[in-house]
Amino acid sequence: MTRDAPAPPTDRAAVSSPRATAPRQLSVFLSKRPRLRLSLLLAAPLFWLGLVYVAALAALLITALWTVDSFTGQISQSWTLDNIITVVTGSLYQVVTVRTIGVALLVTLIDILVALPIAFFMAKVASTRMQRVLVIAVLMPLWASYLVKAYAWRSVLSQGGIVEWIAKPFGLESPGYGLPATIITLAYLWLPYVILPIYAGLERVPDSLLEASSDLGAKTWRTLGSIVLPMLWPAIIAGSIFSFSLSMGDYITVNIVGGASQLLGNLVYSNVGAANNLPLAAAIALIPIAIMFVYLAVVRRTGALDNL
Amino acid sequence: MRLSRTSRSLLGVVTGIILAVIYLPLLVVFINSFSTSQSLVWPPPGFTLEWWNKAFHNQGALAAIATSVQVAVIATAIALILGTLISIALQRYRFFGRDAVSLLVILPIALPGIVTGIALNNAFRTILDLRLGIMTVVVAHATFCIVTVFNNVIARLRRMGTSLEEASADLGAGIWTTFRLITFPQLRSALFAGGLLAFALSFDEIIVTTFTAGSGVTTLPIWILDNLFRPNQAPVVNVIAVVLVAVSIIPIYIAQRIAGAEQLQK
Repeated sequence: MTRDAPAPPTDRAAVSSPRATAPRQLSVFLSKRPRLRLSLLLAAPLFWLGLVYVAALAALLITALWTVDSFTGQISQSWTLDNIITVVTGSLYQVVTVRTIGVALLVTLIDILVALPIAFFMAKVASTRMQRVLVIAVLMPLWASYLVKAYAWRSVLSQGGIVEWIAKPFGLESPGYGLPATIITLAYLWLPYVILPIYAGLERVPDSLLEASSDLGAKTWRTLGSIVLPMLWPAIIAGSIFSFSLSMGDYITVNIVGGASQLLGNLVYSNVGAANNLPLAAAIALIPIAIMFVYLAVVRRTGALDNL
Repeated sequence: MRLSRTSRSLLGVVTGIILAVIYLPLLVVFINSFSTSQSLVWPPPGFTLEWWNKAFHNQGALAAIATSVQVAVIATAIALILGTLISIALQRYRFFGRDAVSLLVILPIALPGIVTGIALNNAFRTILDLRLGIMTVVVAHATFCIVTVFNNVIARLRRMGTSLEEASADLGAGIWTTFRLITFPQLRSALFAGGLLAFALSFDEIIVTTFTAGSGVTTLPIWILDNLFRPNQAPVVNVIAVVLVAVSIIPIYIAQRIAGAEQLQK
């Protein structure tokens, strides 16, 4: 030890303790009470979600048990299961439900199949700079209005549209308006929402694991199947929640490119609007709610909800 | 796994094709914004700047953009606060009903928009007896925007760990000082990314908005829906879409730069 070295503090009181201001006192008070801290953190969000959202959903479910007076058009608050029975047994609702689930599943499948290679390229092949450009390229279309994009597909698929213009020399035709057009357009609209979680999931797969797998002799497909896919599964499911639920509730795209076909959203919408039958609309809305709850319950085990 | 040269370039080609399909409709929108045809036939019969001129003088569209920005800013601000609070609670504490709370945050985005829309419409009008206006739209948007902030912030909290915060507390910093100097700076880019997504989500939302906006409230998507099928307005709508996509590069680029700069620091 040299003589120049400052003398170490001999007295603990040399370090002055912080002044006991009001925030400081509150901080000390809170730091000893984790439960209170937790309640304060949760109070505002739970108040908001509970009051605004859960109460509204519960009220909607109750409305499904009421009826509309066909004479006055007012909702009469007498309890009945008629709406539910109509929805469950009516062949129109069964057909449309099956169609809607089919469309939502197909859209989800297409989106996952398209998202996997592009997300893989972004996360594992592209250089850092390229990666940044690609993320921007994927995010940017989200800012072009949903309606404009749906309408763009309407003009792309129309008679005399660009698809026909490209396909005609090959002797092919544009699919025109209908369910195929609806599926294409919905898959297009939700694609970025599926690419982003899958890309984020792939980013979390360390390159060293892939190298270890190949050092141990695994071929590319084996590595993809045994290492990448199991780690990526929650991210894929997370992406599928977006595309599935957004497709389940859509009624505007179907109106724009779907021709005469109807999905569940259309039935709900026409009962709220033109038919002025909120109880029946609420009863129909129970179908997508039930389907989504089943879907969420199934995927919760995969840990996908932490990957949204 | 070492990808061969062939599979790397194959992946590159597939990525290129996907991007081409993503941008094809946007390109059509761009070209049609100069088309002399009002019904958007392909190929365009001629080109004009008329629609661009009209769009910048269209009072309805400009007012609708202002309304949308207003709604999105307030909804995003609410979502940032609520989303941060709830993600800290869920990530840093273990408590009964934790899973239920995390499901509750996801629900507004996982349930179809039309369900959220009619549920809120019904609640606002019949239970709370409110007049639908701009504030009801803000409340509805904030509700489903919470989840985007939540996801970004909770992922960041998970990666951050608690050692820095504990070190700060050991050195005598109180709760507020630790949050201000340690937690918040680490959350900043996650908050920016989450806020950006929340803003985009609110700005483009049409279904929930249709059900929660009063008759006098015209957000941009509602204005577009009103004008899309009018022959004189469709090209103007195209111009607005092109401008929005172009302008969106700026915030996305900033978010990328922030994220990139943080990666370099590590």
